[in-house]
Amino acid sequence: MDALLLHRIHFAFTITFHYLFPQLTMGLSLLIVALKTAAIRSKDERYNQAARFWAKVLAVNFLMGVVTGIPMEFQFGTNWSQFARTTGGVIGQPLAMEGVFSFFLESAFLGLFLFGEKRLSAWGHWTSALLVFIGSWISGFFIIVTNAWMQHPVAYRVLPNGVYEVTSFWGLLTNPWALLQYAHNMSGAVITAAFVMSAAGAFYVLENRFADHGRIFLRVGVTAGVIASITQIFPTGDLHGRYMAKHQPATIAAMEGLFNSRTGAPIVLIGQPDEVARRIDNPIAVNDVLSFLIYGTTKAEVTGLDRFPREDWPEPMPLLFYVYHIMAGLGTYFVFVMIVAALSLWKGKLYHTRWILWPLLLSFPFPYIANTAGWLTAELGRQPWVVYGLIRVPEGYSKYVSSGNALFTLMGFMGLYTVLSILFIVLIYRIVDAGPAVPAAAEKEFASVTPD
Amino acid sequence: MGFIWFWVVAVMLVAYVVLDGFDIGVGILHLFVAQTEPQRQVTLHSIGPVWDGNEVWLLASGGTLYFAFPLLYASAFSGFYLALMIVLWLLIGRAAAIELRMKINNGVWRAFFDGVFFISSALLAVFYGAALANVIRGVPLGADGYFFLPLWTDWRVGPQPGILDWYTVIGGVVALVALAEHGALYLAVKTEGELQQRARATGRVLWIALFALTIISLPASVIARPDTLDNYRKYPLTFAVPVIVFLSLLGMIHFCRKAEDRKAFGCSCVYLSIMMAGAAIGLYPRLLPATTGAQYDITIDHALSGPHTLHVGLAWWGFGMLLALTYFVIVYRMFRGKVPVESGGYEH
Repeated sequence: MDALLLHRIHFAFTITFHYLFPQLTMGLSLLIVALKTAAIRSKDERYNQAARFWAKVLAVNFLMGVVTGIPMEFQFGTNWSQFARTTGGVIGQPLAMEGVFSFFLESAFLGLFLFGEKRLSAWGHWTSALLVFIGSWISGFFIIVTNAWMQHPVAYRVLPNGVYEVTSFWGLLTNPWALLQYAHNMSGAVITAAFVMSAAGAFYVLENRFADHGRIFLRVGVTAGVIASITQIFPTGDLHGRYMAKHQPATIAAMEGLFNSRTGAPIVLIGQPDEVARRIDNPIAVNDVLSFLIYGTTKAEVTGLDRFPREDWPEPMPLLFYVYHIMAGLGTYFVFVMIVAALSLWKGKLYHTRWILWPLLLSFPFPYIANTAGWLTAELGRQPWVVYGLIRVPEGYSKYVSSGNALFTLMGFMGLYTVLSILFIVLIYRIVDAGPAVPAAAEKEFASVTPD
Repeated sequence: MGFIWFWVVAVMLVAYVVLDGFDIGVGILHLFVAQTEPQRQVTLHSIGPVWDGNEVWLLASGGTLYFAFPLLYASAFSGFYLALMIVLWLLIGRAAAIELRMKINNGVWRAFFDGVFFISSALLAVFYGAALANVIRGVPLGADGYFFLPLWTDWRVGPQPGILDWYTVIGGVVALVALAEHGALYLAVKTEGELQQRARATGRVLWIALFALTIISLPASVIARPDTLDNYRKYPLTFAVPVIVFLSLLGMIHFCRKAEDRKAFGCSCVYLSIMMAGAAIGLYPRLLPATTGAQYDITIDHALSGPHTLHVGLAWWGFGMLLALTYFVIVYRMFRGKVPVESGGYEH
C-alpha cells in the first residue's frame, strides 16, 4: 500500500475522531457559564442543577478530547516528520503555547469546577467555570493559528538550511486567516453545543420527565443556537469565503465545482463533479449567485479550475465539492430550524409545539457532521499542499516509517477508538437517563475519581 | 541560546517524570497495595485531582521540544514510531481507567479498569525508561538526520539495535522500580492506617531492588555508551551527581524506616531528578547520539530553531511557567493532606 496515503488517512482519521469532542467542550463550556450566571442572578436552584448535569456530560466529553488529543501533538513528528522538521520553528510555537497556556489552566480548573462546588463560593465556582471556558477557547485559538499558517503562511522566512522561521510572532498570531477561521470555527462549536442542549431539552419535555430542566435547556440552547447559526454564515462564513477566494482561488473553484472561469458564475446547489469531462452532472444551479457572493456583483469573473495546472487542483476534488456542500447545506438548515424554534420560544409556544420539538431532538447529530465537513473542506481544500504554496504533501510525510508500520498503528487507533466510542455512548446514555435533578445520594455514583 | 533551551526542555521533562511519575507509580501498585474497594478508591483519589495536570507537562515538553529543536522532534518521533504509538495507546488506556472506573458501580467494570490501570501504568514506566536508555545509547542516524528502529532486533547493543535491547531493558526495569517506589512513598504521604503501612512496607522492599538496579545501571550505561563519561571527566564537579544519587537513595530508606514519609518522598523526587540530570550531562551538547558515527550525532547547534523563534519563545515561556506554577500551587493546596479512608475519599 502507498505509505503517503496511509499517513494521510492516519492523521485524517485521528483528527476527525478527536474533533468530535472539543467542539462540544468549547461550546458547552460557554453555555455552562451562561447557566451558572443565570443561577447566581435568579437564585433559582434549577439552573445550578442544569449546570451540574452538563458538567457531568462535559467531564466525560473532556476526557475523550484529552485522550484523543494527545496523539495529535505527537503525530506531526511520528507521521509527518519532514514537515515537522522544516516548519517546527513556526508552528511548534503555537502548539507549545497551547500546552503552556491552555492545558495547565484547563486541567487545574476543570477539577475545581467539577468537584469543588461545595468548597467554593458561588462566585468562586462561577470563576472556575469561566476559566475552563477560557482555557478551552485559548486551546482552540492556538490550534487555529497553527492550521491557518498551513493554509495561508505569513510572517516567515526560510533559513539557509531550508528551515522556516517566524519573522514576526505577532504577525503569526494575527494572521487574518486565523482570525476569520477562528470566528467561524468557534461559532460552529457553539452550534454543536446549542443543538445538543436543545435536543436534551426537547427530550425531557417530550418525555415529560424533568420538564422544568428541559425548558431551561431549550431556552438556553435555542437562544445560543439562533445567534450562532446566523453568525456562522454571516459574517464569519461569508468573510472567510471571500478571503479564501482571494488567497486559495483553486480551492474555491473546486469547492463550488466551477471548472471554467466565467462572469456571472453560477452557484451549484447539487450535482456530481466529473473531473475528467470537467463538468457537473445533473446540476441544479442558480446563475450569477457565486459572482455576487464573492465580489458583490453578478458581473464579476470567478476563476475556474481551468486556470490551474492539473497537479495544483485540490484532490480528491469531488470529495471536497461534497463536503463543502454538506457543510453549507446543513448550515442553512440550522438557521432555518433555529429561527423557527426561537420565534416559537419568543411567543411562548415552543414547549408545547411537538412539530418543532421533534426536529430539535433529532437534529443534534447534524452539527457534528457539519463541523466535520467544514474541517474536511478546509483540509482537502489545502491539498495538494501541506503548507499552501510552499510544501507539497509528498514532501511532508515520514519517509522512513513504512506503510506496514503506518497501517498497524492506524488499525490500532481504529480499534481503540471503537472501544472509546462505545464507552462514551454508554456513559452519556446513563447521564441522560438519570436526568438533571439527581438526588444527592445518587450523585456520588457519577463522581469521577477526581474528588471534591 | 542552545544551552538555555536544552535545559528548559530537560527541566520540563524532569517535572513530568517527578509529577506524573508518582501517579504512574500509584498505578503500578494499585492492584497489590490496595486490596479492598475502599482502599482502591483511596489510592485513586490520592491522584485523582492532579494526574491530568501532571500529564500536561508531557504535552508542554513535547511542544517545546517541537519548536526549539524541530530536527530532534522530527527525527526521534518518527524513528521511535512504534514505541511512541504504543505509549500513546497506554496513555489513553490509563486516562480512561482512572476517570471511568468510578462511573459505574459494578464489580466487573471496576475490576476491568483496575487491570487496565495497572498494565498501562507499568508498561508506560518501562517504555519511558527504555526511551531514556535509547537516547543514552544512541540510534542509527543516517546522513539526513533520520533513522527508524524496530521494537527489537537481536537484543544486542550494536550499530543497528532495536528499541529494546539488553541495555534499554535494564533502563525500563529501573524506571519501573523507581516509579513504583516513587508511588509507594507518595501513597505513604497521602494515606493512613493499613494502606499507609502497606505502602511503607512496599517502599522498603522495592528500595532493595532499586538500589541494586541503580548500581547495575551506572556501569551498564558506560558499557553501552563509553563516551557518556566525557563531560564528567571534563568537569569533575559533575561527579556530585552519582554522589547525590546515592545520598538520595539512602535518604529514601532512612526516612521510610522512620515513617517520615514526606522526607522519603522528597528524596525520591531528588533521586529521579538527579538520575535524569546525570543523563542530560552525559549527553550535552548532543541531543541524540548516533551509533553510526559521531558525525551523524544530532547536536544542539544542528537542531536549534531560528533566533527570533527562540527569543520570543523565552519571553512567553517564562510567563507561562509562572502561571502554570500558580495553578499547581492552588490545586495542590486545595487537595493537601490525607485522603480519608472512611468516606472512601473526599466527600462529594
